[in-house]
Amino acid sequence: MTKAEAKQKARKRWLAQLKRNKWLYVLLAPGLLYFLIFKYAPMWGVIIAFQDYQPFLGIRDSQWVGFDNFTTFFQNPDFFRLLRNTLILAVYDLIFFFPAPILVALLLNEVTKSWFKRTIQTLVYVPHFVSMVIIASITYVFLTPNGGVLYELIAQVTGRPVDVLSNPDSFRPLIIIQMLWKEVGWGTIIFLAALAGVDMEQYEAAIVDGAGRMRRIWHITLPAIRNTIIILLILRLGNFMDTGFEQIYLMTNSLNREVADVFDTYVYQVGITQGAFSYSTAVGLFKSLIGIVLILGANKLAKKFGHSGIY
Amino acid sequence: MNKRFNTPGGRVFDAFNYVFLGLFGLVTVLPFLYIIGNSFATEAEITARSFFLIPKEFSMSAYQYIFSSSTIFRSIGNSIFITVAGTFVNLLFTLTMAYPLSRKDFWGRNVVMNLVIFSMLFGGGMIPTYLVIRGLGLLDSYWALILPGAIGAFNLIVVKNFFQELPAGLEEAARIDGCTDIGVLWRIVLPLSKPVIATFALFYAVGHWNNFFSALLYLTDSAKWPLQIMLRQIVLLSQGTVGDMANLDQNFVQPPEQAIKMAVIVVGTIPILIVYPFLQKHFAKGVLLGSIKG
Repeated sequence: MTKAEAKQKARKRWLAQLKRNKWLYVLLAPGLLYFLIFKYAPMWGVIIAFQDYQPFLGIRDSQWVGFDNFTTFFQNPDFFRLLRNTLILAVYDLIFFFPAPILVALLLNEVTKSWFKRTIQTLVYVPHFVSMVIIASITYVFLTPNGGVLYELIAQVTGRPVDVLSNPDSFRPLIIIQMLWKEVGWGTIIFLAALAGVDMEQYEAAIVDGAGRMRRIWHITLPAIRNTIIILLILRLGNFMDTGFEQIYLMTNSLNREVADVFDTYVYQVGITQGAFSYSTAVGLFKSLIGIVLILGANKLAKKFGHSGIY
Repeated sequence: MNKRFNTPGGRVFDAFNYVFLGLFGLVTVLPFLYIIGNSFATEAEITARSFFLIPKEFSMSAYQYIFSSSTIFRSIGNSIFITVAGTFVNLLFTLTMAYPLSRKDFWGRNVVMNLVIFSMLFGGGMIPTYLVIRGLGLLDSYWALILPGAIGAFNLIVVKNFFQELPAGLEEAARIDGCTDIGVLWRIVLPLSKPVIATFALFYAVGHWNNFFSALLYLTDSAKWPLQIMLRQIVLLSQGTVGDMANLDQNFVQPPEQAIKMAVIVVGTIPILIVYPFLQKHFAKGVLLGSIKG
């Protein structure tokens, strides 16, 4: 069979399956259109970061400016403030938030009374499903200087009233505590799932060998979830610069703005409310690029240390 | 683990562990109970007593206010509409796309799958997406809250994998009996997938009910605001000390009393608390399915 013949045969087969599966293509169309319009068109739109985009001219006729938007951003005094705020929050997140679900999962795994374990799990999953606005609202209601319960408790314990909500020093701890309260319980699910697969005989063998509680946790339970921890760490590093727009936005006020502004809220501020589309797109792109570099780097590092990585 | 092998040290550990986890559970629910309790209290009792879960004098006045205030009432209606219509669109788009992708004899499925997966890794970001929505003329329309999130890529993959696991024989038989592919999807695949559909309907619905970001971005017309935006106006921006009063919308009512704030929070949370038992039955499985693949 010659090349041309093979080609023609393949084409015939393709046409035949096209005809046979025509309804499948009809079914696929809305979803495919969705991805092209709402996911791929914005990806293409990223090129306005290299333009002086004028809405009435459109992408095709707007002027190209190369990396001007990026250099403007790097020379802006806001740049270091944003970078600092974003990095500090990300590092806090990694130090205080990331290990918390692992710890709670280890503790839950040690619970023998299944009714207790189930009850606690049911309770601590709830905040994950509640909106960030509700979480922020609850925080405000509890901490308001106009009679908030926690505000008064803090005032009584420390002997002096502190307005946590508007104090720049308490902004970062507040954000982390909110995250802990909202997501730690939910974060345990994946580790508990990994632990459910551990062979019970390993524990029995360890007990026979005289291993105490801590030794069993250290040598059996932790290694069992090591891969899950590494994968989640890599994924987290990939989102290192994502500080949670809604949370930061909702907790920001005119008094804590200095420490609260991060890349995401800045993009919203400059892009949507002030209409600087090209400039804010450049800021957003800069942020995503750092994220991609981080995820690739973390993955490489994980592979170097003999773990599988995520791809 | 096994009780027989517990050492004295292990018992101390256990005691600490139960107390710690118990406290953690308590800290999780207490704020909700407090807010619910206080929403039924009179304003006088809230000012007078510092912390209570059950009011001495039961009052519905906060809720009466909410349902008589046209702005709050309308925003509840908006949220319900967006949640119902949005979830319908989500299911329609996700299920119809997942089915062709689940069929092994379907040419182009790999290309489309790669397209989907790449969109999970890289996105255009806030501003280019905003410009697309604006270009389509969707600003200030409910559709801006529904269409841009019509398919969750991760959900699509889970549903596609579920469809693949269904027994192929049933579909074959239906096709021999003269069913078209749409008929097979409608009469065979969907009825067999009820639990999955229910799970994702719940997940999507919770997402719509909780959505704040899209409404903030795309809706300037306050008549279309969902409850989450209203909630922010009522609880967060009425804080006096915050100094963001300039952000207040002109049709904003009086700085509300504590009980009203609590009641709005409750109204914003109630749907979640109602569907939570149903959600809980399914989500562990859903997360597992995804994590094992990952």
